[in-house]
Amino acid sequence: MSTNQSRRDFFKTTAAAGGGLVLGFSWFSSEAFQPQVVGTAAADAIDFNAYLAISPSGTVTIFSPNPEIGQGIKTAFPIIVAEELDADWEKVKVEQSPLDTKKFERQLTGGSGAIRHSWERLRKAGATARALLIEAAAQQWGVPASECSAQKGMVIHSSGKKIAYGDLAVAASKLPVPKEVKLKATSSFSLIGSRVKGVDNKDILTGKNLFGIDYKRPGMLHAQVQRPPAFGLKLKSFDATEAKKMPGIVNVVSFGNKVAIVGKTNWEVMQARKAVKIEWEKEKDLESSADHDRLFKEMLNGTNVTVQRKDGDVEAAFKNAHKVIEAEYQCPFLPHSPMEPMNFFAHFKGDSIELAGPSQTPEAAQKQIAKMLNIAPEKVTLELTRMGGGFGRRLNTDYAVEAAELSSIIKAPVKVTWTREDDMTGGIYRPAVRYRFKASIDKAGNMTAFMLHGAGLNAGNSTRQDNFPAGAVENLLIQSSDYKSPITTGPWRAPITNFLAYAEQAFLDEVAAAAGKDPVQFRLELLDKAEKSPVGKITYETKRFREVIKLAAEKSGWGKKKKGVSQGFSVYFSHASYVAQVAEMTMAKGKPVLKKVYAAVDCGIVINESSAKNQIYGAIVDGIGHAMYGNLTFKDGAPQQENFNKYRLIRYNEVPDIEAHFVNNGIEPTGLGEPALPPTGGALANAIFKTTGKRLYNQPFADQDGPLG
Amino acid sequence: MALFQLKINGKNYPVDVDANTPLLWVLRDHLDLVGTKYGCGMAMCGACTVHVNGDATRSCVLPISAVSAANITTIEGLSEKGTHPVQEAWDEVDVPQCGYCQAGQIMTASALLSKNPNPSDKDIEEAMVGNICRCGTYHRIHDAVKVAATKMKK
Repeated sequence: MSTNQSRRDFFKTTAAAGGGLVLGFSWFSSEAFQPQVVGTAAADAIDFNAYLAISPSGTVTIFSPNPEIGQGIKTAFPIIVAEELDADWEKVKVEQSPLDTKKFERQLTGGSGAIRHSWERLRKAGATARALLIEAAAQQWGVPASECSAQKGMVIHSSGKKIAYGDLAVAASKLPVPKEVKLKATSSFSLIGSRVKGVDNKDILTGKNLFGIDYKRPGMLHAQVQRPPAFGLKLKSFDATEAKKMPGIVNVVSFGNKVAIVGKTNWEVMQARKAVKIEWEKEKDLESSADHDRLFKEMLNGTNVTVQRKDGDVEAAFKNAHKVIEAEYQCPFLPHSPMEPMNFFAHFKGDSIELAGPSQTPEAAQKQIAKMLNIAPEKVTLELTRMGGGFGRRLNTDYAVEAAELSSIIKAPVKVTWTREDDMTGGIYRPAVRYRFKASIDKAGNMTAFMLHGAGLNAGNSTRQDNFPAGAVENLLIQSSDYKSPITTGPWRAPITNFLAYAEQAFLDEVAAAAGKDPVQFRLELLDKAEKSPVGKITYETKRFREVIKLAAEKSGWGKKKKGVSQGFSVYFSHASYVAQVAEMTMAKGKPVLKKVYAAVDCGIVINESSAKNQIYGAIVDGIGHAMYGNLTFKDGAPQQENFNKYRLIRYNEVPDIEAHFVNNGIEPTGLGEPALPPTGGALANAIFKTTGKRLYNQPFADQDGPLG
Repeated sequence: MALFQLKINGKNYPVDVDANTPLLWVLRDHLDLVGTKYGCGMAMCGACTVHVNGDATRSCVLPISAVSAANITTIEGLSEKGTHPVQEAWDEVDVPQCGYCQAGQIMTASALLSKNPNPSDKDIEEAMVGNICRCGTYHRIHDAVKVAATKMKK
């Protein structure tokens, strides 16, 4: 055993509480990955990272650090470890780790980045454990390790004798950890890329208490919070005399601009909430949707503009153009509408606080709550529950901070639950954006200039200046303007690109039409240009871009006549993955009907075929639903849609057939929680144009004679 | 407040609540049966679906006084060990993403299949259209209902 116990070591092995091998592996930067045995005392292992435990009974336990929101990470991470470990998947037990900033890095869900971040370190963790188990077996048998291999939780000698991992766990834990381990050839993967069911399926399908909203502690109170009913209002006064007398009500308190009603059950709290008399007063402008229209115009015609990227000289190109094409595209604010509304449990204990709930960013919540309560971050413990969706909403920590603050005021364990109305009207929306595009073509139909001006309401930079077609056009100008609205915003699944991709892909279709070119051919020519004579910085790989375009065209029979069917094309690169889509429409009773969407996806190596397809189908359905129906409007600062009776989400009968194909290129995996969504609106809009001759410039489509589902 | 004797999943549960309290909140806050989910509180999303005398019913708008004599089944009581054909089909097809709406989806599907063992695509659509899945697992829901129907015939 090595006695080196340097803190820079990224690997530990230690005896499990019940005996057996516990390998601690780091999720930190893999460059410095230096596996080493540092001891066998469990106390040593505490301040290191995630654990892979093998018990003498043969159970392999893999702790999954990242919050599960429905993207399948709780299944995907363990698959990677188990593949390199050659574990028997049937015997793998997966457990969700609580927030632990000492053990884990990037313990969050967002940006489709978890797999990309952890791929190599997860593989090494599994492979190192396998090497130790093989070495332990070889020593026991008195044979060279090179004569041994591993399969399904067993070490096998070339003579045919076998021994189970569980029987080797204790011996393996006493061996020095190899400095370097050989990872499998990706072509030899058997578990990675196969169809693996979700590890929580059984609990989900039998109604176990998995979600934050199900969380309960003895003595826990329930609370709801009345927030200002309009953006721009603040609390003036409240009278809770009647409410406090109502059954089950424990307290009514105000903090910030809110009034919290605390009681024994949710229903009693809801009744008392109606009896609280609250006066609000104006603090900022109370914006209506008509004001937003005006603000967009002012921004697009104004001078308060940030140049995000400039190549060549667009104005000169427009002057010399054969044709100039201009268009404006607009999207509304959108709530995220996860099926599980916001909620969080908090129990303030004076110098510490215990929290539990659904959060995409538990570490940020921990830090903010520590700061607010003026206690050390390690005094803030946070248990991660499964999330009933999030779509970016749970990146914001407001609801966790709010629960913590309330618990610190009432000095009791409390769970704050948002009603659907609270969730829909409580803010943190996808920002509303209007884009102005202008492009020019020469006589040969080449795009000579491309200009984009994004105007957003709390959108920050509403462009992605280095995305395609940047790099493929000689003259390019990308600029943005932003207005600080009282309406709060935040990331929404595929931030910015969830709408930018639609606008851009629809506009490129307009340019292709003006150039008299096939939309697919037009994009391929631009990629050729970007490859052969790139202009400025390029952030995408032209080859991978081209492959998904070709695959989508091939699978959908692009350009081949299909009777009564029109096709729309779209392709987008986001979150390091490439996705092309073709939407097919027909006319029925004078209305366009979306029949099918083909998707070609390059996310590198597919970890879990079932979950990957589920993400793609879901993202396409999400993209269609919000392009068609999603609309949050405002009157005097108040959202006009408060629940699903007025805010329409896509339903079972409104989805088309979907067919998803992967580019099989063996490249390291990238994310899939978001990338299949951005292209969908564009494919749909372009199909609508082909079918009806009508360009739809604003979302949602259903409000403007759009297609039927 | 009033005392109600509820029959849920074959067991008797006495509860002392206001007569207007929706079944959903009685299940969740009083009886710890949290598999039935809150989604909208106005029967628009289907997350709270349970069986009342075998019919798929939205429990979020159903006052407890209306079900005191009824046989109620929740996701926890659909089968003893999670082996109802609809639950098994949902697992085999690997339907869930976030999973939050799936108890409601399963309760709707199982009520449909108990009454109509051979549903057409139109029948399935009519039954499932009231249940929203924000993750968009509708294709797999369709497939799982079909698989469950096949299982139930065996």
